[in-house]
Amino acid sequence: MTELRLPRAILAILVGASLGLSGAVLQGVLRNPLAEPGLLGVSNGAAVGAVIAIYFGLSHAFGLATPLLGLAGAIAAGALTFAFGRSSTLTLILAGAAVSSLMSAFLAMALNFAPSPYAAYEMSVWMLGSLSERSWDHIFLAAPFIAAGLAILSLMGRAVDALALGDVQAQSLGIHVDRTRILALLGVGLAVGAATSVTGSVSFIGLVAPHLVRPFVGHQPSRTLLPSALLGATLLLLADIGTRVIHTNTELRLGVLTSLLGAPFFFWLIVRLRRMEP
Amino acid sequence: MTRLAAEHITVRRGGRAIVGDVTFETAGGGFVALIGANGAGKSTLLSVLAGLIEPDAGRAALDGAPIARMGRRELARRRAYLPQNPRAEWPIAVERLVALGLTPHLPMFGGLPGGLEPRLTQALTACDLAGQRLQAVTTLSGGELGRAMLARALIGDPEVMIVDEPTAGLDPRHTLDTMARLRGLAERGKLVVAALHDVTLAARYSTHLLALKDGRLEAFGPTAEALRPELLRRIFDVEARITGAAGAALVDYLG
Repeated sequence: MTELRLPRAILAILVGASLGLSGAVLQGVLRNPLAEPGLLGVSNGAAVGAVIAIYFGLSHAFGLATPLLGLAGAIAAGALTFAFGRSSTLTLILAGAAVSSLMSAFLAMALNFAPSPYAAYEMSVWMLGSLSERSWDHIFLAAPFIAAGLAILSLMGRAVDALALGDVQAQSLGIHVDRTRILALLGVGLAVGAATSVTGSVSFIGLVAPHLVRPFVGHQPSRTLLPSALLGATLLLLADIGTRVIHTNTELRLGVLTSLLGAPFFFWLIVRLRRMEP
Repeated sequence: MTRLAAEHITVRRGGRAIVGDVTFETAGGGFVALIGANGAGKSTLLSVLAGLIEPDAGRAALDGAPIARMGRRELARRRAYLPQNPRAEWPIAVERLVALGLTPHLPMFGGLPGGLEPRLTQALTACDLAGQRLQAVTTLSGGELGRAMLARALIGDPEVMIVDEPTAGLDPRHTLDTMARLRGLAERGKLVVAALHDVTLAARYSTHLLALKDGRLEAFGPTAEALRPELLRRIFDVEARITGAAGAALVDYLG
């Protein structure tokens, strides 16, 4: 129980909170309802690091090689996004997209040149995201980074509120807009990078959680932060329970389930945005 | 008494001076109308005066202290800035939008302290928004949104208000209404600096006129003295006729 179920639940809570809070901060800072943690390229960076560990067989020699290299990949991708995208909201989004596609290219290349069909299978399965077979070691590895990231992100309430008025008005109200953007990238990079490096890609939680919370807090960006973290944790915990309750021959992967449930939400979001336009 | 000074302010972009060596000084309350042709550097000069961009040469100073060296929060408490056509991104309630104007007065966490609640009510009432208090800002009409943004700027009780084209996109009724509010602030001892396209409005409501041509200061002085057909010919390159007394002046362009 404490060796299998408990670390899994704790990890689900940490990862879900990271995704939910990161999504809420990014949507606020970038003023874009479609922003989600994967946008900055750190998730794909983490995936590249993890896949490298599998590619060279390091994961079999040393169990934590996958998350460690995943973390390194996330940091590298975040640094690249920072280097190119720090000057404005638009350049940050563009740099994130560029880094994401570069990392996707690396992932495709790793699959292309996989040393064995089994390695290719292992890589693609890792990318689908899962919380199974995760131990306390994974938590001890990821938790400090996740905690640091969550701490940074939770300090950004005033800034995301003022940014509802746009960069210029926020700056005129005494908000350090450039610094806010950099802190958002750092916080998301730490929290989501560490989360992805232990669980693989889990999409849609970061996109969905802030939207579900928003109507209940009067749409004020700062008030979506904590509830988004809590809802993200709850959603991921439920999704993980779902992967265990739904019986399939091969394990139903967490990332697959969140995508299956999250994609219809995306359609709903489009319909709602369309209705709000004149 | 508020003193706002521009000392040889120069801003270059791409090798060209969009604001060149602008120097003037105001003392006490007043309504300074900034006029000039499109691309004359009005918005850039306002951004420097508001401390949002640093000039390449010269400086803006508030009560003798250089604005670029002032702490962000202190500056934010003393001056308010409204860009052209300000927008709000999320459907937050009007009262929350207006309360954002208190950001530099608030601690890092928590809601609006109870002591600031009366100021919110006062700002909403002053801008005729008491009825829209809980309405989502994205559902406001252009005129209502303009008033909400004005209330957002007023709530912090700044000494200086820098406003870029406050009447852009407003109908005649809301235009006059906005101008009267800005003039009212000036009469209560605040300094308002506003870029205006409509010279008739500038003539009727402003106390001082600041004219730019190609980034250079063309005229600065009390509106009644500075507003001359020759000035309008120089800055707009049109023949103009000015009729009526200062408070009821009418500017006509003759081509």
